[in-house]
Amino acid sequence: MTVAAETLARYARLLRLQFRMSGITAMQYRADFIVRGLLAVMWIGVTLLPFAVVFGSRPAIAGWSFAEALVVVAWFTLLKAFLEGAVSPSLTAVVEHVRKGTLDFVLLKPADAQFLVSTAKFEPWRVIDFIGALLIFAYAFHLLGRWPAPSAVALALVFLLVAVFILYSIWILVVSAAFWVVKVDNLSYLFGSAFDVARWPVTIFKGTLRFVFTFIFPLAVMTTYPAEALLGRLSGYTAVKAIVGGVVFAAIARRVWLRALRLYTSASS
Amino acid sequence: MIRSALRAYPTLLRVGISGVIAYRAEFLIWILTTNMPLVMLAIWHEVAADGPVGRFDQKQFTAYYLAILAVRLLTSTWVVWQMSMEIRDGTLSAKLLRPLHPLIAYSAEHLAAVPLRFLVISPIAVILVLTAGDRLAVRDPALLAIFLASLVGAWLLIFFTMVLMGALSFFIESALGLFELWLAIHAVMSGYLIPLESLPGWVRQVAHVLPFRFMLGFPVETLVGLETRSAALADLGIQWAYVAIFCAAAITVWRAGVRRFAAYGG
Repeated sequence: MTVAAETLARYARLLRLQFRMSGITAMQYRADFIVRGLLAVMWIGVTLLPFAVVFGSRPAIAGWSFAEALVVVAWFTLLKAFLEGAVSPSLTAVVEHVRKGTLDFVLLKPADAQFLVSTAKFEPWRVIDFIGALLIFAYAFHLLGRWPAPSAVALALVFLLVAVFILYSIWILVVSAAFWVVKVDNLSYLFGSAFDVARWPVTIFKGTLRFVFTFIFPLAVMTTYPAEALLGRLSGYTAVKAIVGGVVFAAIARRVWLRALRLYTSASS
Repeated sequence: MIRSALRAYPTLLRVGISGVIAYRAEFLIWILTTNMPLVMLAIWHEVAADGPVGRFDQKQFTAYYLAILAVRLLTSTWVVWQMSMEIRDGTLSAKLLRPLHPLIAYSAEHLAAVPLRFLVISPIAVILVLTAGDRLAVRDPALLAIFLASLVGAWLLIFFTMVLMGALSFFIESALGLFELWLAIHAVMSGYLIPLESLPGWVRQVAHVLPFRFMLGFPVETLVGLETRSAALADLGIQWAYVAIFCAAAITVWRAGVRRFAAYGG
Protein backbone atom coordinates (compact mmCIF):
# COMPACT_ATOMS: atom_id res chain seq x y z
CA MET A 1 0.00 0.00 0.00
CA THR A 2 1.26 3.47 -0.80
CA VAL A 3 1.80 6.00 1.96
CA ALA A 4 -1.12 8.13 0.81
CA ALA A 5 -3.54 5.20 0.88
CA GLU A 6 -2.30 4.19 4.31
CA THR A 7 -2.85 7.69 5.66
CA LEU A 8 -6.32 7.77 4.15
CA ALA A 9 -7.21 4.44 5.76
CA ARG A 10 -5.94 5.66 9.11
CA TYR A 11 -8.06 8.79 8.95
CA ALA A 12 -11.11 6.77 7.91
CA ARG A 13 -10.59 4.61 11.02
CA LEU A 14 -10.23 7.72 13.16
CA LEU A 15 -13.42 9.20 11.72
CA ARG A 16 -15.33 5.99 12.49
CA LEU A 17 -14.04 6.09 16.06
CA GLN A 18 -15.04 9.72 16.56
CA PHE A 19 -18.51 8.92 15.16
CA ARG A 20 -18.92 6.08 17.65
CA MET A 21 -17.87 8.26 20.60
CA SER A 22 -20.48 10.88 19.69
CA GLY A 23 -23.12 8.20 19.28
CA ILE A 24 -22.39 6.73 22.70
CA THR A 25 -22.45 10.17 24.31
CA ALA A 26 -25.78 11.01 22.69
CA MET A 27 -27.32 7.72 23.84
CA GLN A 28 -26.68 8.72 27.45
CA TYR A 29 -29.21 11.53 27.27
CA ARG A 30 -32.30 9.82 25.87
CA ALA A 31 -34.83 12.27 27.33
CA ASP A 32 -32.86 15.05 25.69
CA PHE A 33 -33.13 13.17 22.40
CA ILE A 34 -36.93 13.43 22.50
CA VAL A 35 -36.85 17.14 23.38
CA ARG A 36 -34.36 17.73 20.56
CA GLY A 37 -36.50 15.80 18.10
CA LEU A 38 -39.56 17.81 19.03
CA LEU A 39 -37.51 20.98 18.67
CA ALA A 40 -36.31 20.02 15.21
CA VAL A 41 -39.89 19.53 14.03
CA MET A 42 -40.93 22.85 15.62
CA TRP A 43 -38.13 24.78 13.94
CA ILE A 44 -39.00 23.30 10.54
CA GLY A 45 -42.54 24.54 11.15
CA VAL A 46 -41.24 27.98 12.12
CA THR A 47 -39.18 28.02 8.92
CA LEU A 48 -42.14 27.11 6.73
CA LEU A 49 -44.80 29.38 8.21
CA PRO A 50 -43.46 32.73 6.89
CA PHE A 51 -43.28 31.09 3.44
CA ALA A 52 -46.86 29.99 3.58
CA VAL A 53 -47.92 33.50 4.64
CA VAL A 54 -45.76 35.43 2.16
CA PHE A 55 -46.69 33.22 -0.78
CA GLY A 56 -50.29 33.22 0.39
CA SER A 57 -50.46 36.88 -0.64
CA ARG A 58 -48.86 36.49 -4.10
CA PRO A 59 -48.65 33.50 -6.49
CA ALA A 60 -44.99 34.21 -7.30
CA ILE A 61 -42.29 36.48 -5.90
CA ALA A 62 -39.28 37.57 -7.96
CA GLY A 63 -39.90 34.68 -10.35
CA TRP A 64 -40.22 32.02 -7.62
CA SER A 65 -43.44 30.12 -7.09
CA PHE A 66 -44.25 28.62 -3.69
CA ALA A 67 -43.20 25.12 -4.78
CA GLU A 68 -39.92 26.36 -6.27
CA ALA A 69 -39.12 28.35 -3.13
CA LEU A 70 -39.81 25.20 -1.11
CA VAL A 71 -36.94 23.49 -2.94
CA VAL A 72 -34.67 26.24 -1.55
CA VAL A 73 -36.12 25.69 1.94
CA ALA A 74 -35.48 21.96 1.68
CA TRP A 75 -31.89 22.61 0.65
CA PHE A 76 -31.53 25.04 3.54
CA THR A 77 -32.90 22.48 6.02
CA LEU A 78 -30.51 19.87 4.66
CA LEU A 79 -27.48 22.12 5.06
CA LYS A 80 -28.64 23.31 8.45
CA ALA A 81 -28.83 19.68 9.59
CA PHE A 82 -25.28 19.22 8.40
CA LEU A 83 -24.08 22.49 9.96
CA GLU A 84 -25.63 21.86 13.36
CA GLY A 85 -25.10 18.14 13.40
CA ALA A 86 -21.55 17.83 12.14
CA VAL A 87 -19.82 21.21 11.97
CA SER A 88 -20.88 23.58 14.77
CA PRO A 89 -20.60 21.27 17.78
CA SER A 90 -16.97 20.36 17.09
CA LEU A 91 -15.86 23.81 16.19
CA THR A 92 -17.57 25.39 19.18
CA ALA A 93 -15.48 23.01 21.24
CA VAL A 94 -12.30 24.41 19.63
CA VAL A 95 -13.16 27.86 20.89
CA GLU A 96 -13.43 26.40 24.38
CA HIS A 97 -10.05 24.69 23.89
CA VAL A 98 -8.39 27.95 22.88
CA ARG A 99 -9.93 29.81 25.79
CA LYS A 100 -8.91 27.23 28.38
CA GLY A 101 -5.55 26.37 26.83
CA THR A 102 -6.49 22.70 26.46
CA LEU A 103 -5.89 22.79 22.70
CA ASP A 104 -2.39 21.59 23.63
CA PHE A 105 -3.73 18.07 24.10
CA VAL A 106 -5.20 18.08 20.61
CA LEU A 107 -2.06 19.48 19.00
CA LEU A 108 0.06 16.80 20.67
CA LYS A 109 -1.88 13.95 19.08
CA PRO A 110 -0.25 12.35 16.04
CA ALA A 111 -2.92 13.41 13.53
CA ASP A 112 -3.85 16.57 11.66
CA ALA A 113 -5.23 19.04 14.20
CA GLN A 114 -7.87 20.47 11.84
CA PHE A 115 -9.15 16.96 11.17
CA LEU A 116 -9.26 16.10 14.88
CA VAL A 117 -11.08 19.22 16.00
CA SER A 118 -13.48 19.09 13.06
CA THR A 119 -14.63 15.56 13.85
CA ALA A 120 -14.61 15.75 17.65
CA LYS A 121 -18.36 15.93 18.15
CA PHE A 122 -21.45 14.97 16.13
CA GLU A 123 -25.07 15.37 17.10
CA PRO A 124 -26.91 12.31 15.80
CA TRP A 125 -30.41 13.71 16.45
CA ARG A 126 -29.93 16.11 13.52
CA VAL A 127 -30.96 13.15 11.40
CA ILE A 128 -34.51 14.35 12.10
CA ASP A 129 -33.77 17.61 10.23
CA PHE A 130 -32.33 15.55 7.41
CA ILE A 131 -35.55 13.54 7.11
CA GLY A 132 -37.53 16.78 7.30
CA ALA A 133 -35.51 18.15 4.37
CA LEU A 134 -36.27 15.06 2.26
CA LEU A 135 -39.99 15.40 3.05
CA ILE A 136 -39.97 19.05 1.97
CA PHE A 137 -38.19 18.06 -1.28
CA ALA A 138 -40.83 15.42 -1.93
CA TYR A 139 -43.69 17.80 -1.19
CA ALA A 140 -42.22 20.57 -3.37
CA PHE A 141 -41.81 18.31 -6.39
CA HIS A 142 -45.24 16.83 -5.76
CA LEU A 143 -46.63 20.38 -6.02
CA LEU A 144 -44.62 21.01 -9.16
CA GLY A 145 -46.01 17.83 -10.64
CA ARG A 146 -42.72 16.69 -12.12
CA TRP A 147 -39.52 15.08 -10.89
CA PRO A 148 -36.01 16.45 -11.49
CA ALA A 149 -34.01 15.00 -14.39
CA PRO A 150 -31.15 12.63 -13.47
CA SER A 151 -28.59 15.11 -14.83
CA ALA A 152 -30.11 17.86 -12.67
CA VAL A 153 -29.85 15.63 -9.60
CA ALA A 154 -26.20 14.90 -10.40
CA LEU A 155 -25.40 18.61 -10.73
CA ALA A 156 -27.27 19.30 -7.49
CA LEU A 157 -25.21 16.67 -5.69
CA VAL A 158 -22.00 18.32 -6.89
CA PHE A 159 -23.38 21.55 -5.51
CA LEU A 160 -24.17 19.86 -2.21
CA LEU A 161 -20.50 18.95 -1.96
CA VAL A 162 -19.42 22.51 -2.80
CA ALA A 163 -21.92 23.94 -0.33
CA VAL A 164 -20.67 21.67 2.44
CA PHE A 165 -17.12 22.74 1.65
CA ILE A 166 -17.98 26.44 1.76
CA LEU A 167 -20.01 26.08 4.93
CA TYR A 168 -17.21 24.24 6.64
CA SER A 169 -14.63 26.75 5.35
CA ILE A 170 -16.53 29.74 6.66
CA TRP A 171 -16.75 27.97 9.98
CA ILE A 172 -13.02 27.34 10.03
CA LEU A 173 -12.50 31.05 9.31
CA VAL A 174 -14.79 31.99 12.19
CA VAL A 175 -13.01 29.61 14.54
CA SER A 176 -9.60 30.84 13.39
CA ALA A 177 -10.72 34.23 14.64
CA ALA A 178 -10.70 32.64 18.12
CA PHE A 179 -6.91 32.69 18.03
CA TRP A 180 -6.92 36.46 17.67
CA VAL A 181 -9.97 37.51 19.69
CA VAL A 182 -10.46 34.68 22.14
CA LYS A 183 -14.14 35.16 22.90
CA VAL A 184 -15.98 34.18 19.72
CA ASP A 185 -18.76 31.92 21.01
CA ASN A 186 -20.96 34.88 20.12
CA LEU A 187 -19.59 34.85 16.58
CA SER A 188 -20.97 31.36 16.09
CA TYR A 189 -24.45 32.66 16.93
CA LEU A 190 -23.92 35.52 14.51
CA PHE A 191 -22.95 33.03 11.84
CA GLY A 192 -26.00 30.89 12.57
CA SER A 193 -28.34 33.85 12.36
CA ALA A 194 -26.79 35.03 9.10
CA PHE A 195 -27.08 31.53 7.65
CA ASP A 196 -30.81 31.63 8.41
CA VAL A 197 -31.16 34.05 5.49
CA ALA A 198 -30.25 31.19 3.13
CA ARG A 199 -33.77 29.81 3.40
CA TRP A 200 -34.94 32.52 0.98
CA PRO A 201 -34.05 32.45 -2.74
CA VAL A 202 -31.33 35.04 -3.07
CA THR A 203 -32.93 36.67 -6.12
CA ILE A 204 -35.73 38.02 -3.89
CA PHE A 205 -33.19 40.46 -2.47
CA LYS A 206 -32.13 43.53 -4.37
CA GLY A 207 -28.99 45.66 -4.61
CA THR A 208 -26.45 45.48 -1.80
CA LEU A 209 -28.08 42.58 0.03
CA ARG A 210 -27.96 40.39 -3.08
CA PHE A 211 -24.32 41.28 -3.73
CA VAL A 212 -23.37 40.43 -0.14
CA PHE A 213 -25.23 37.11 -0.14
CA THR A 214 -23.76 36.09 -3.50
CA PHE A 215 -20.10 37.07 -3.24
CA ILE A 216 -19.11 37.97 0.32
CA PHE A 217 -21.20 35.55 2.36
CA PRO A 218 -22.04 33.13 -0.46
CA LEU A 219 -25.48 31.93 0.63
CA ALA A 220 -26.58 31.88 -3.02
CA VAL A 221 -24.03 29.19 -3.84
CA MET A 222 -25.18 27.14 -0.86
CA THR A 223 -28.95 27.02 -1.36
CA THR A 224 -30.24 29.06 -4.32
CA TYR A 225 -27.95 27.65 -7.03
CA PRO A 226 -28.40 24.01 -5.98
CA ALA A 227 -32.17 24.53 -5.96
CA GLU A 228 -32.01 26.06 -9.43
CA ALA A 229 -29.85 23.16 -10.56
CA LEU A 230 -32.46 20.73 -9.26
CA LEU A 231 -35.20 22.69 -11.01
CA GLY A 232 -33.14 22.47 -14.20
CA ARG A 233 -32.75 26.19 -14.80
CA LEU A 234 -29.15 26.88 -13.79
CA SER A 235 -26.81 27.82 -16.62
CA GLY A 236 -23.64 25.76 -17.01
CA TYR A 237 -21.51 28.89 -16.86
CA THR A 238 -22.87 29.91 -13.42
CA ALA A 239 -22.40 26.35 -12.20
CA VAL A 240 -18.72 26.26 -13.17
CA LYS A 241 -18.09 29.69 -11.64
CA ALA A 242 -19.76 28.70 -8.38
CA ILE A 243 -17.87 25.43 -8.11
CA VAL A 244 -14.48 27.05 -8.77
CA GLY A 245 -15.37 29.75 -6.24
CA GLY A 246 -16.16 27.12 -3.62
CA VAL A 247 -12.84 25.32 -4.07
CA VAL A 248 -10.88 28.59 -3.84
CA PHE A 249 -12.80 29.48 -0.68
CA ALA A 250 -11.88 26.17 0.98
CA ALA A 251 -8.20 26.61 0.08
CA ILE A 252 -8.12 30.07 1.63
CA ALA A 253 -9.76 28.77 4.81
CA ARG A 254 -7.14 26.04 5.20
CA ARG A 255 -4.33 28.61 4.80
CA VAL A 256 -5.88 30.92 7.41
CA TRP A 257 -6.29 28.01 9.85
CA LEU A 258 -2.62 27.05 9.52
CA ARG A 259 -1.56 30.66 10.09
CA ALA A 260 -3.86 30.99 13.10
CA LEU A 261 -2.45 27.81 14.59
CA ARG A 262 1.03 29.29 14.56
CA LEU A 263 -0.28 32.16 16.68
CA TYR A 264 -1.60 29.84 19.39
CA THR A 265 0.24 29.97 22.67
CA SER A 266 -1.31 28.08 25.51
CA ALA A 267 -2.05 29.99 28.69
CA SER A 268 -0.74 27.56 31.27
CA SER A 269 1.93 25.34 29.82
CA MET B 1 -34.79 43.26 53.41
CA ILE B 2 -36.65 45.44 50.88
CA ARG B 3 -34.99 48.57 52.31
CA SER B 4 -31.50 47.17 52.02
CA ALA B 5 -32.26 45.98 48.50
CA LEU B 6 -33.43 49.46 47.54
CA ARG B 7 -30.26 50.98 49.01
CA ALA B 8 -28.07 48.52 47.14
CA TYR B 9 -29.92 48.85 43.82
CA PRO B 10 -28.20 51.98 42.41
CA THR B 11 -24.79 50.41 43.10
CA LEU B 12 -25.89 47.15 41.51
CA LEU B 13 -27.00 49.05 38.42
CA ARG B 14 -23.62 50.79 38.21
CA VAL B 15 -21.83 47.46 38.49
CA GLY B 16 -24.08 46.07 35.78
CA ILE B 17 -23.39 48.96 33.44
CA SER B 18 -19.63 48.63 33.83
CA GLY B 19 -20.02 44.92 33.17
CA VAL B 20 -21.80 45.59 29.89
CA ILE B 21 -19.25 48.23 28.88
CA ALA B 22 -16.35 45.89 29.66
CA TYR B 23 -17.80 43.28 27.28
CA ARG B 24 -19.00 45.75 24.67
CA ALA B 25 -17.72 43.79 21.66
CA GLU B 26 -19.66 40.68 22.73
CA PHE B 27 -22.66 42.88 23.44
CA LEU B 28 -22.58 44.35 19.93
CA ILE B 29 -22.12 40.99 18.22
CA TRP B 30 -25.02 39.66 20.24
CA ILE B 31 -27.14 42.54 19.00
CA LEU B 32 -26.17 41.88 15.39
CA THR B 33 -27.58 38.35 15.65
CA THR B 34 -31.05 39.91 15.66
CA ASN B 35 -31.22 40.47 11.91
CA MET B 36 -34.30 38.48 10.95
CA PRO B 37 -36.68 41.48 11.05
CA LEU B 38 -34.53 43.23 8.41
CA VAL B 39 -34.58 40.16 6.17
CA MET B 40 -38.36 39.86 6.53
CA LEU B 41 -38.62 43.58 5.78
CA ALA B 42 -36.64 43.15 2.54
CA ILE B 43 -38.91 40.30 1.48
CA TRP B 44 -42.21 42.00 2.32
CA HIS B 45 -40.94 45.14 0.61
CA GLU B 46 -40.51 43.15 -2.59
CA VAL B 47 -43.93 41.55 -2.16
CA ALA B 48 -45.71 44.84 -1.52
CA ALA B 49 -44.03 46.59 -4.47
CA ASP B 50 -47.15 46.10 -6.64
CA GLY B 51 -49.78 46.97 -4.06
CA PRO B 52 -50.51 46.62 -0.34
CA VAL B 53 -50.95 43.30 1.47
CA GLY B 54 -54.04 43.65 3.65
CA ARG B 55 -53.59 46.81 5.72
CA PHE B 56 -49.84 46.86 5.01
CA ASP B 57 -48.25 48.90 2.23
CA GLN B 58 -44.46 49.19 1.83
CA LYS B 59 -44.19 52.05 4.29
CA GLN B 60 -46.27 50.22 6.90
CA PHE B 61 -44.01 47.18 6.59
CA THR B 62 -40.97 49.44 7.10
CA ALA B 63 -42.53 50.96 10.22
CA TYR B 64 -43.58 47.56 11.54
CA TYR B 65 -40.28 45.71 11.16
CA LEU B 66 -38.06 48.58 12.30
CA ALA B 67 -40.27 48.87 15.39
CA ILE B 68 -40.05 45.09 15.92
CA LEU B 69 -36.28 45.30 15.72
CA ALA B 70 -36.06 48.24 18.12
CA VAL B 71 -38.49 46.83 20.72
CA ARG B 72 -36.94 43.38 20.55
CA LEU B 73 -33.41 44.73 21.09
CA LEU B 74 -34.54 47.01 23.88
CA THR B 75 -36.41 44.38 25.89
CA SER B 76 -34.42 41.19 25.48
CA THR B 77 -32.32 39.68 28.28
CA TRP B 78 -30.24 36.54 28.66
CA VAL B 79 -31.13 35.70 32.25
CA VAL B 80 -32.37 32.17 31.42
CA TRP B 81 -28.95 31.05 30.13
CA GLN B 82 -27.20 32.70 33.06
CA MET B 83 -29.46 31.06 35.64
CA SER B 84 -29.31 27.65 34.04
CA MET B 85 -25.51 27.79 33.98
CA GLU B 86 -25.16 29.07 37.54
CA ILE B 87 -27.54 26.44 38.87
CA ARG B 88 -25.74 23.62 37.10
CA ASP B 89 -22.15 24.61 37.86
CA GLY B 90 -22.92 25.68 41.44
CA THR B 91 -21.87 29.33 41.24
CA LEU B 92 -25.36 30.14 42.47
CA SER B 93 -24.28 29.23 46.02
CA ALA B 94 -22.17 32.38 46.24
CA LYS B 95 -25.18 34.47 45.24
CA LEU B 96 -27.39 32.74 47.81
CA LEU B 97 -24.95 33.69 50.61
CA ARG B 98 -25.23 37.41 49.94
CA PRO B 99 -27.70 39.45 52.01
CA LEU B 100 -29.62 40.22 48.81
CA HIS B 101 -32.17 38.13 46.97
CA PRO B 102 -30.53 36.61 43.85
CA LEU B 103 -33.56 37.53 41.74
CA ILE B 104 -33.08 41.20 42.68
CA ALA B 105 -29.41 40.93 41.76
CA TYR B 106 -30.35 39.39 38.40
CA SER B 107 -32.92 42.08 37.71
CA ALA B 108 -30.36 44.84 38.41
CA GLU B 109 -27.76 43.22 36.21
CA HIS B 110 -30.13 42.94 33.27
CA LEU B 111 -31.82 46.28 33.79
CA ALA B 112 -28.36 47.85 33.62
CA ALA B 113 -28.06 46.74 29.99
CA VAL B 114 -31.12 48.76 28.99
CA PRO B 115 -29.37 52.18 28.70
CA LEU B 116 -26.77 50.68 26.37
CA ARG B 117 -29.45 48.88 24.42
CA PHE B 118 -31.23 52.20 24.10
CA LEU B 119 -28.06 53.72 22.68
CA VAL B 120 -27.80 50.93 20.13
CA ILE B 121 -31.40 51.21 18.96
CA SER B 122 -31.38 55.03 18.70
CA PRO B 123 -30.16 54.98 15.07
CA ILE B 124 -32.96 52.50 14.27
CA ALA B 125 -35.44 54.83 15.95
CA VAL B 126 -34.13 57.78 13.90
CA ILE B 127 -34.49 55.82 10.64
CA LEU B 128 -37.96 54.75 11.73
CA VAL B 129 -39.05 58.35 12.29
CA LEU B 130 -37.44 59.55 9.03
CA THR B 131 -38.88 56.85 6.79
CA ALA B 132 -42.29 56.26 8.30
CA GLY B 133 -42.79 59.00 10.89
CA ASP B 134 -46.36 59.69 9.70
CA ARG B 135 -47.39 56.11 10.57
CA LEU B 136 -46.34 56.36 14.22
CA ALA B 137 -48.96 56.84 16.90
CA VAL B 138 -46.80 59.20 18.92
CA ARG B 139 -48.95 62.25 18.12
CA ASP B 140 -51.73 60.85 20.29
CA PRO B 141 -50.53 61.35 23.90
CA ALA B 142 -52.81 58.58 25.21
CA LEU B 143 -51.42 56.00 22.76
CA LEU B 144 -47.88 57.20 23.49
CA ALA B 145 -48.44 56.68 27.22
CA ILE B 146 -49.89 53.20 26.59
CA PHE B 147 -46.92 52.37 24.37
CA LEU B 148 -44.40 53.38 27.04
CA ALA B 149 -46.26 51.41 29.71
CA SER B 150 -46.40 48.41 27.37
CA LEU B 151 -42.62 48.59 26.88
CA VAL B 152 -42.08 48.31 30.63
CA GLY B 153 -44.63 45.50 30.75
CA ALA B 154 -42.88 43.68 27.90
CA TRP B 155 -39.51 43.89 29.64
CA LEU B 156 -40.97 42.55 32.90
CA LEU B 157 -42.90 39.80 31.12
CA ILE B 158 -39.80 38.63 29.25
CA PHE B 159 -37.73 38.80 32.43
CA PHE B 160 -40.18 36.82 34.55
CA THR B 161 -40.85 34.14 31.93
CA MET B 162 -37.08 33.71 31.57
CA VAL B 163 -36.62 33.47 35.34
CA LEU B 164 -39.39 30.87 35.41
CA MET B 165 -37.67 28.78 32.71
CA GLY B 166 -34.28 29.30 34.35
CA ALA B 167 -35.62 28.15 37.72
CA LEU B 168 -36.86 24.96 36.05
CA SER B 169 -33.16 24.02 35.80
CA PHE B 170 -33.43 23.18 39.51
CA PHE B 171 -35.73 20.31 38.56
CA ILE B 172 -35.04 19.12 35.03
CA GLU B 173 -31.93 18.70 32.91
CA SER B 174 -33.32 19.94 29.62
CA ALA B 175 -34.74 23.25 30.86
CA LEU B 176 -32.81 25.03 28.11
CA GLY B 177 -34.31 22.70 25.52
CA LEU B 178 -37.72 23.60 26.87
CA PHE B 179 -36.81 27.26 26.58
CA GLU B 180 -35.80 26.79 22.96
CA LEU B 181 -39.23 25.28 22.34
CA TRP B 182 -40.67 28.41 23.92
CA LEU B 183 -38.51 30.55 21.59
CA ALA B 184 -39.77 28.70 18.52
CA ILE B 185 -43.39 29.39 19.49
CA HIS B 186 -42.44 32.96 20.36
CA ALA B 187 -41.00 33.57 16.87
CA VAL B 188 -44.36 32.82 15.28
CA MET B 189 -46.86 33.91 17.94
CA SER B 190 -45.29 37.23 19.01
CA GLY B 191 -45.30 38.94 15.62
CA TYR B 192 -41.51 38.72 15.36
CA LEU B 193 -41.42 36.95 11.97
CA ILE B 194 -44.70 38.07 10.48
CA PRO B 195 -47.37 40.57 11.55
CA LEU B 196 -49.99 38.66 13.51
CA GLU B 197 -52.84 40.00 11.40
CA SER B 198 -51.46 38.28 8.30
CA LEU B 199 -51.67 34.87 10.00
CA PRO B 200 -54.54 32.54 9.05
CA GLY B 201 -57.71 33.09 11.13
CA TRP B 202 -57.56 30.58 13.96
CA VAL B 203 -53.78 30.97 14.50
CA ARG B 204 -54.30 34.69 14.85
CA GLN B 205 -57.00 34.14 17.46
CA VAL B 206 -54.73 31.81 19.43
CA ALA B 207 -51.88 34.33 19.18
CA HIS B 208 -54.07 37.05 20.65
CA VAL B 209 -54.69 35.01 23.79
CA LEU B 210 -51.17 33.65 24.39
CA PRO B 211 -48.60 35.71 26.34
CA PHE B 212 -46.14 35.97 23.43
CA ARG B 213 -47.85 38.86 21.67
CA PHE B 214 -47.59 40.95 24.84
CA MET B 215 -43.81 40.63 24.82
CA LEU B 216 -43.34 42.16 21.37
CA GLY B 217 -46.29 42.42 18.99
CA PHE B 218 -48.55 44.46 21.22
CA PRO B 219 -46.10 47.36 21.93
CA VAL B 220 -45.14 47.44 18.25
CA GLU B 221 -48.73 47.44 16.99
CA THR B 222 -49.50 50.27 19.41
CA LEU B 223 -46.50 52.28 18.20
CA VAL B 224 -47.14 51.93 14.47
CA GLY B 225 -50.81 52.81 14.79
CA LEU B 226 -52.42 49.40 14.20
CA GLU B 227 -54.29 49.54 17.52
CA THR B 228 -57.20 51.81 18.46
CA ARG B 229 -57.05 53.59 21.79
CA SER B 230 -59.62 51.39 23.53
CA ALA B 231 -58.17 48.14 22.19
CA ALA B 232 -54.68 49.18 23.26
CA LEU B 233 -55.90 50.03 26.76
CA ALA B 234 -57.63 46.66 27.12
CA ASP B 235 -54.52 44.86 25.89
CA LEU B 236 -52.40 46.79 28.37
CA GLY B 237 -54.58 45.41 31.15
CA ILE B 238 -54.10 41.85 29.85
CA GLN B 239 -50.36 42.41 29.55
CA TRP B 240 -49.96 43.51 33.15
CA ALA B 241 -52.15 40.65 34.33
CA TYR B 242 -49.71 38.31 32.54
CA VAL B 243 -46.81 40.13 34.24
CA ALA B 244 -48.39 39.48 37.65
CA ILE B 245 -49.10 35.81 36.84
CA PHE B 246 -45.58 35.09 35.60
CA CYS B 247 -44.00 37.03 38.47
CA ALA B 248 -45.88 34.86 40.97
CA ALA B 249 -45.08 31.66 39.05
CA ALA B 250 -41.39 32.52 38.74
CA ILE B 251 -41.03 33.27 42.46
CA THR B 252 -42.93 30.10 43.43
CA VAL B 253 -40.77 27.84 41.24
CA TRP B 254 -37.62 29.63 42.39
CA ARG B 255 -38.49 29.08 46.08
CA ALA B 256 -39.27 25.42 45.58
CA GLY B 257 -36.06 25.02 43.58
CA VAL B 258 -33.72 26.72 46.05
CA ARG B 259 -34.99 24.39 48.77
CA ARG B 260 -33.73 21.34 46.89
CA PHE B 261 -30.60 23.02 45.49
CA ALA B 262 -27.31 21.54 46.63
CA ALA B 263 -23.94 22.56 45.21
CA TYR B 264 -20.67 21.32 46.56
CA GLY B 265 -17.69 23.64 46.80
CA GLY B 266 -19.30 26.15 44.42
